[in-house]
Parts: sequence; C-alpha cells; structure tokens
Amino acid sequence: MASSTPTLEVRDAVKSYGEVKALQGVSMRIEAGQFMALLGPNGAGKSTLFQLLSGLFVPDAGAIAICGEDFLKKPTIGLAKLGVVFQQPTLDLDLSVTGNLRFHAALHGLGAEGRARIAPLLAQVGLGDAGDKICRTLSGGNRRKVELARALLHRPALLLMDEATVGLDPQSRTTLMALVKGLCRDQGLAVLWATHLVNEAEAADRVYVLHKGRKLTEGTPTEVVAASGCASLEEAFLKMTVPPAGAAPGGKPEEKAA
Amino acid sequence: MKLGHALEALWAISSRELRKFIQQRSRLLSALVRPSLWLVVFAAGFRNVFGVAVIEPYTSFVEYQVYVAPGLLGMVCLFNGIQSSLAMVYDREMGMMRLLLTAPLARAYLLACKLVAGTLLSLVQCYAFLGVCALFGVDLPWIGWLYALPALLLGGLMLGALGLLLSVYIKQIENFASTMNFVIFPMFFMSSALYPLWKLKESGADWLFYVSSINPFTHSVELTRFAMYGQLNVESLAVVAGTLVVFFAWAAYGYDPQRGMVKKRAQA
Repeated sequence: MASSTPTLEVRDAVKSYGEVKALQGVSMRIEAGQFMALLGPNGAGKSTLFQLLSGLFVPDAGAIAICGEDFLKKPTIGLAKLGVVFQQPTLDLDLSVTGNLRFHAALHGLGAEGRARIAPLLAQVGLGDAGDKICRTLSGGNRRKVELARALLHRPALLLMDEATVGLDPQSRTTLMALVKGLCRDQGLAVLWATHLVNEAEAADRVYVLHKGRKLTEGTPTEVVAASGCASLEEAFLKMTVPPAGAAPGGKPEEKAA
Repeated sequence: MKLGHALEALWAISSRELRKFIQQRSRLLSALVRPSLWLVVFAAGFRNVFGVAVIEPYTSFVEYQVYVAPGLLGMVCLFNGIQSSLAMVYDREMGMMRLLLTAPLARAYLLACKLVAGTLLSLVQCYAFLGVCALFGVDLPWIGWLYALPALLLGGLMLGALGLLLSVYIKQIENFASTMNFVIFPMFFMSSALYPLWKLKESGADWLFYVSSINPFTHSVELTRFAMYGQLNVESLAVVAGTLVVFFAWAAYGYDPQRGMVKKRAQA
C-alpha cells in the first residue's frame, strides 16, 4: 500500500432526507496520525456525516474509502478499521466495564486475544481498577472513557468521536481530549472529532468547518484564523456561520438547514 | 465473514439477551402468568362449554386444557417475539442498535443473531409454561416435550421474525400498545389456539374461518399440536417455514442501509 493512502477519504458525499439536503457534496481527507476537528453549528450536517461514516446509511452520491478500501462496497472491511464513540451513551449500564468490552470484543471476533487487551487498555485510559464496576455506578466522564476504550479495542485505524464531550465537565473533556491526542501521536490513529465547541477545535491538527451541508473552510487552526482575517478561531467561526442581519454568508439563502 | 467470528458474535448477542431476561424477573413471571391464567381460569370455565370433538392429531376426546395448551405455547412465542421487537425499538432510540450495527458483520447476519437470541427466550418461557401445565395436571405426553422442540423453535423464529419486521415500521416505543391491539390480539383470536377452526365454520362465520386458516399463527400452533404426538403436519410446516423466510427477508430489507432504517428524521 502506498504511504499516501489516507485513512479516511470522502469524495463529494451527498445525502438528503426527503426535501432536506443534509450534505451537499462533502469531501474530506484524513491522514494517519491526524487529529481533525469537525466544527459546525447544530444542524450543519455533522451527525449525518457520522451516520454515513459509521455505515448506518449510505450516501445518495459520492464515495467513502477507509484505508483505501471502498466503504460502500465492502462495509465490513471498513467497519473493522473503525472505532466509534457515539454522541448518545451506548453502554450496557447493568453490565460491568469489562463485560461491556467483552461484548464488543465478541462482536468484532477478537477471541481470547481481544479479551486479553481489555485490562491494559482500561489502564491506559485511566480506569485500571474499574474493570469490575457496574457501568451504572460510573460518572459521566468515566463512562465516556469506557466507550473510548471499547472503540479502541479492535485497534482501529480511524476513530470517530461524535460530540463525545457533550455533557462532560471541563476536566473530563480535557482528559478525554488529551488521551485521544496521545493516541494520534503515539499510534498513528486518525481521528475525526465532531464538536460545536471552538476551544476543542483549536487544539486539533486541522479544522474542518461544516455549515448547511457544505465545507466552508479547512486547514490548521492558524490557517483558518489567518484566512478569515479575524483575531481568533471563535471569531472566525462566528463570522462564517452566523448571518449578519439577514444575509447568509455561509450558504445560499434559499437552502434549508439540514 | 469467518465462522469463528460469526459464532462468537452469535454467542455474545444470545447470552446478552438471556442475561437481561434473567435480570428482569418480572418478565418471566408475566410471561408465565398470562398463559397460566388462560389455562387455569379460562379453560376451567369453558371446558364444558366447548366440547372438543375427536380431531386430528387426537385419537380420543381430550380435555379442553389439553387442546388449548399448544395454543398457549404459541401465545408465549407470539408475545415474546413482539416484545423482542419492542426491545429493538428501544435499543434503536437509545443508540445500542447503532453500536451493534458497527460490528464488522453482514447486517442480515446481525439481525439473524437478534432473532435467534429472542427465540431462545421464547423456548425458555415455553418450557417453563410446560412445567406449569404439568403442575396443573394437564395430560400432555411427556415425550411430546421433546417432539415439540423443533416445532416451537420454528414457530418462535417465525413470530420473532414478525416482531423484527414490525420493529422496522414501529417508529417509537409509544406505538407499541397499538401493535398489541392490531397484531397480537387478532392473530391470537383468529387462530386455532382456543378452538378448532371447524367450530368457526359451524357457526357460519365463513370469513373468520378463512382468515384463521391462512393465519400463520394457526399453523405454528398446529405444528406444535401435531408434534406433541410425534406427528408432522406438513402443511403447517410449509406455511411456518415460508412465512419465516418472507418475514425475515422483508425485515432485512427494511434494515438495509440503502433503504434507511431509522425514519429519516431531519437533524435538530
């Protein structure tokens, strides 16, 4: 495989829900080890993009490849290389931390080797002594860490974090972010981190701004700020996505918000 | 898809369902109370009202309780099949379903795992109910417990597949009550579970007789009734197997990402 094969490549993805155009030709490329923040206001199409990337739906048009493999033709190959932390909690709360991870290991067919990875992985995310705890007894931040460990269990090449910090306190947010950034650096994990929080996007390698189903801009945080002529990313983001007095600079006025 | 992986996933999904079922003790209780009430109260009240003539597979007059037992086993499978679909709708709203669908396995296979897991619960409940029947002295042949197993399995799969299909179309948990009214009760009453179909014909309710005789639930009950006495009802076997294939294929189609599973809701 050529070293230039991106971990994720999306080309001109289009998805409509009836009249509502959720994505109108979105392209994206994430390399191994890259931390990409997907920034967009509510309704920008972030969730739709995640639904396509996690294989829940297929796009109406366009292509998605994970590690060079066509995700639409062979979804199971892509899914094996994909770790997802959903916005909604998806832990079995009546099961122990280890039990949840074992269930996931079985779904991925990891066998005894996968079960052996659980304890070190829990230690890595800072839950080394929580393996036997029932998930219901964990704090929100720790539940998210369990979900992160679960998403990493099958050693994915690409990690999707769908507004994973929603509802977490600032400290848990920072910890979670630091963990994931460490994985990018040390293990070459590619990350797509959806958020509507500008300060999270500031810490990313690259920022991708999605608005009304289209890409507004993409680049390093510094580049995005420089291109906008604003002083900060927050200012740049607001300038791009909030219409000043009636006009809609981000998209054509007749477009419906997805 | 590797066989080892497929079996590992099937085991994980089945044992998860079983564990959840064991944790909810009230579910087993209500699964048993429902048919037991029919067996004890309804059957006691009506045993003299309904004189059941000698019909196949019986070789002599049978007590009404003996007649109704296979129908009540069917009821157990019917309720559990639909209840499993309720769990699917719940999982879908709670996001668990999305997690399941990111497993690197064919989607139809994951649905089949869900179906098998739900059917195992049906079987557990059926045998618990057979225990209740024995406790109340219902005269069922002991060897029938064994003979009935494949019939209950197939019937359970068919009714579970029906539940799976309904879960594609039930958008919200709240719609479940109407499913009870529009699916469970008509299926149960318009069948041979409570009375032999010739009774309907004799009463002059020809259309009811017709509907009941094509009701797949009737055939799952008859399959069990015949199996209890070591006999194979070929017609019922064909109907149950055929509807199982249709219901499952239809449900798998509904869960196909090309068509879209969750109702296409606009993003908030």
